[in-house]
Amino acid sequence: MAEKVLMKGNEALAEAAIMAGCRHYLGYPITPQTEVAAYMAKRMPQIDGVFLQAESEIAAINMVIGVASTGKRVMTSSSSPGIALKSEGLSYLAGCNLPALVVNVQRGGPGLGGIQPSQSDYFQATKSAGHGDFRMLVLAPASVQEMVDMTITGFELADKYRMTSMILADGTMGQMMEPVVLDTKEIKTFDKPWAANGTDGKRPHNIINSLCLEAKELEEWNIERYKMYSEIEENEVRYEEYMMEDAEICIVAFGVAARVSRNAIQAARAKGIKVGMIRPITLWPFPKKPLLAAADKVKAFVSVELSMGQMIEDVELAIRCKKPVLLANRVGGIIPSPEEVLAKIEEADKMGGNN
Amino acid sequence: MSIVFEKPKALTDAQLHYCPGCTHGIIHRLVAECLEELGVTGKTIGVAPVGCSVFAYNYFNCDMIQAAHGRAPAVATGVKRALPDHVVFTYQGDGDLAAIGTAETVHSAARGENITVIFVNNAIYGMTGGQMAPTSLPGQVTQTSPYGRDVEKVGYPLRVCELLSNVDGAGYLERVAVNNVKNIKNAKKAIMKGFKNQIEGKGFSLIEVLSTCPTNWGMTPERALQWVDEAMIPYYPLGVYKDKYADKEGE
Repeated sequence: MAEKVLMKGNEALAEAAIMAGCRHYLGYPITPQTEVAAYMAKRMPQIDGVFLQAESEIAAINMVIGVASTGKRVMTSSSSPGIALKSEGLSYLAGCNLPALVVNVQRGGPGLGGIQPSQSDYFQATKSAGHGDFRMLVLAPASVQEMVDMTITGFELADKYRMTSMILADGTMGQMMEPVVLDTKEIKTFDKPWAANGTDGKRPHNIINSLCLEAKELEEWNIERYKMYSEIEENEVRYEEYMMEDAEICIVAFGVAARVSRNAIQAARAKGIKVGMIRPITLWPFPKKPLLAAADKVKAFVSVELSMGQMIEDVELAIRCKKPVLLANRVGGIIPSPEEVLAKIEEADKMGGNN
Repeated sequence: MSIVFEKPKALTDAQLHYCPGCTHGIIHRLVAECLEELGVTGKTIGVAPVGCSVFAYNYFNCDMIQAAHGRAPAVATGVKRALPDHVVFTYQGDGDLAAIGTAETVHSAARGENITVIFVNNAIYGMTGGQMAPTSLPGQVTQTSPYGRDVEKVGYPLRVCELLSNVDGAGYLERVAVNNVKNIKNAKKAIMKGFKNQIEGKGFSLIEVLSTCPTNWGMTPERALQWVDEAMIPYYPLGVYKDKYADKEGE
């Protein structure tokens, strides 16, 4: 068993990227993810890697596109307003079928907002990261260990499906310190015969392109991509169930909200309320099936979020509105307290609907 | 029968989509000739962003990347940093390089990024049908300056080579034209130098090529070539604006 070390989330994530074989980091400073850039600036030169501070988020994501085009593992990281600037590039990554890892350590918005933790980029990450029809694999870590593990998984899935993986962390995950195991597990790599890395006169030229003026052909491109997305929805859903065996109330929460919810669940259980949690680990693909299955067993759901209620829409869709879904939330950089979540659990418990 | 003239192998057999009289075709050929003569087609990656030349990926026989509007130097930076031993060029128009992509242009020059930028300046947005470009001349009539470019209201054209000549990181800047045989020969020399610089690790090279857009200028191809001499060159004088290594080489 590898040794445990105490690390800050942002730094652990950066080291995990290096473990995953990433030797190219392009970024731009923004709180609360700047430690990723600072860590990479220190580490990359030591391992013959590339750290480059771009002139803007837009330039950074386009540098990512350049590296990804050559077939090498590449990442960038930012926080909410910076991710908004990258949205053009995220769309091009999708259009060009390029793999990349993009990290969003979310802060409160909209606009310049604040610098404290938030989950209010859920819509942006899961539904509308840029123009056009496309998806990103969205992973939501709830511990520093998961920052490490999901970074590695993120790179592997990105390469496997030739698309962007996004780590959707909140400021808490980036800033907090926890013991982690930097396990040197076997890292999966993938052949990239499509890469633009020089024909060497031995093959026809490779073209990395998202342009298609033939409507029928462009439609085909989109349909093909969505066939792949269906496959991902079938095979890559990740979630964790907590105390769901006998639960009558189901909390749905990710990231720091899931940690707070665990405390609230324990407090509720002490009061005799049977509550459990389904924690989405992949926000896209969203764990629709386990939620729908839970809808037949519980009398209500509580979506716990650091937003005005974004994931709650996916919960309602997943359970086809079979049961009421309450929202326990704080915004602006405030994390809901276990007491606040408990109060919402008690409210849900008073709702009718015997099973 | 012996072959005395043929298309460079760095160009594909695809038919160009450019309008009659447009000089993009000449510039494509010059770039392709340079790649072939340097023997680097197989280790070259070209980046062509949004604009008339966005379809360049169909024409150059090397690996190609289509980039977003203005972002080619950033994409090329990523490619070059990932593959430092390869040859990387961008092929950009004026709207792309001098308006929406100004930041990427200036900062890739400032970093001394070891890439070759082919900047095609025809003083108008071609692909979208003839709107005012950052390089449209004072008084020039376009779709979005129907009364002529009024510098009091919309400002002055950007002279890119002059602007970048103050950037320490820029290695080699030259403005050429392709409106007559003499100018084409000079353009070839400049483009060749831009690629050689990169191969020798001399950093950022930008060759600005004054080009024509007869369709959107509303001129015959012949008249368009004359307009380059009469209107463009006086505002955009040809010549070398910076050559960091010239003194050291005793040129």
